Amino acid sequence: MREQRKFKIPIGPQHPALKEPESFSVALKGEKILGVDIRLGYNHRGIEKACEERTYVQDVYLIERICGICSHTHSTCFVQAVEEIAQLAVPKRALYIRTLVGELERVHSHYLWLGVAGHEIGFDTLLMYTWRDREAIMDILALLTGNRVNYGINTIGGVRRDIDSAQTKEVLKAVEQLEERTHYYIEIATEDMAISKRLSGVGMLPQEDALRLGAVGPTARGSGVNRDVRRDDPYAAYEELSFDVITDTHCDVYGRTVVRLKELLESFKIIRQVLKNMPQGPIAVKAPRKIPAGEALSRYEAPRGEDVHYVKANGTDKPERVKVRAPTLANVRTVKQMLKDRFLADMPIVIAAIDPCFSCTDRMVEIKNVDSEKEKIISWPELRSLSIEWYKAQGVDFTKLNKKLGNV
Amino acid sequence: MRPGKMMRQVLGSIFKKPATILYPAAKLEMPDKFRGKLKYYAAACIGCKLCMKDCPTGAIIINKVGDKQFEAIIDLARCIYCAQCVDSCPKKALEATKDVELAQLDEKRLKITFTLNDPEGKVTEQT
Repeated sequence: MREQRKFKIPIGPQHPALKEPESFSVALKGEKILGVDIRLGYNHRGIEKACEERTYVQDVYLIERICGICSHTHSTCFVQAVEEIAQLAVPKRALYIRTLVGELERVHSHYLWLGVAGHEIGFDTLLMYTWRDREAIMDILALLTGNRVNYGINTIGGVRRDIDSAQTKEVLKAVEQLEERTHYYIEIATEDMAISKRLSGVGMLPQEDALRLGAVGPTARGSGVNRDVRRDDPYAAYEELSFDVITDTHCDVYGRTVVRLKELLESFKIIRQVLKNMPQGPIAVKAPRKIPAGEALSRYEAPRGEDVHYVKANGTDKPERVKVRAPTLANVRTVKQMLKDRFLADMPIVIAAIDPCFSCTDRMVEIKNVDSEKEKIISWPELRSLSIEWYKAQGVDFTKLNKKLGNV
Repeated sequence: MRPGKMMRQVLGSIFKKPATILYPAAKLEMPDKFRGKLKYYAAACIGCKLCMKDCPTGAIIINKVGDKQFEAIIDLARCIYCAQCVDSCPKKALEATKDVELAQLDEKRLKITFTLNDPEGKVTEQT
């Protein structure tokens, strides 16, 4: 038998399995993965910098557009930080509505993930089923907030839209129907041989590695790390609600699937409690345009894990600094560990199992020369000429095109 | 899934009405809280320009056209339909409608001017 050669293949930036651009350079020996280099930064949009040039009110909508799936996560996290600096007493009802939308968002995100995971392992029926059921949640979100995505329910000092008893009934009806479906999916996940055989032992992340690499959310909980911001550092209305934090000790993709599915049931439990205990009263307090100087760190348990926002105010109507740490940034490092010594065919599902959102993650790129420790700041024209040179070396010449467009 | 249970689902699906609708013959009703195309009531506007200040994308411009008379130019291509301007307006001069059919072949047709004489809004630049 011939000795298997070592070689490197690039996967991405146009990834065949995921819908977002990110690049993985995979070192292979035969079918076996020796190591993975992850390169982020294809989706950098400069949102943090843009936030500094807009007022707080405008930032709420900009921040909301960091991610399409967990838009409520980011806007709530930002708004919480600003409210803390301004020391606003947010009405209870507003906090309950935020919690309700947040949990509905978690349900739709987990359903979406389950469908994607089914698709990655070639179980497209699951994709069709879950995405059909997800429509019910999307309709409910549209009913409550006015939109299917980018709900725009948050404002500094409360929420923008109230809910009435007719809507409560609709939500309860949808939740009942979805709970039944979720029990069915749990049955599939636990009894169906195809799923457990495909997912067990794939993407192993032992508990100590999850802690060492700083995994968050279902990725960490699937490895037996009992951590949830909703319980550990309660925000919104979670202090008054009772729910369990789901953990699993499988430490593989199967464990993460089980955690997400069981979390759905907890979410339904929370939604029911929120609707039952929803206090009466106003839904927002008036927020000042100028936020006093100060800083705040806000944490939020997104469907994908812990989301952290840092806001620094300087007394004007614009923030001085906004920093976003999306859950995927914490989780993406674990992929390297999970893929080591596994087969290339496992790669799509292992990456999908952390429920990555690369546009959330791409905040700032720091380029370091590996040989020297010195940091270097590259100006815009320098960066441009560097990239032109790089493309020239690859055999792509933009001179003609630039002339045509009028940029010299 | 047991075959019997599956058969029930198959038969149920045959007699269920389709999930899709025959657009544009039939149209979907938008939810009540939907934020669609904006509408401007020139008579109510006091020209405080809070909507201009709060718009995240600078999609709305309020111009003074006479004594206590204002017009609004709304760029539907820039608008992100957050309806913050509707919340910011102290006089309820702005309203978010349920209109979603905004597709145009020419980008210029997305710039709409609302005046006192033209409360429905007309395209700013005719092509």
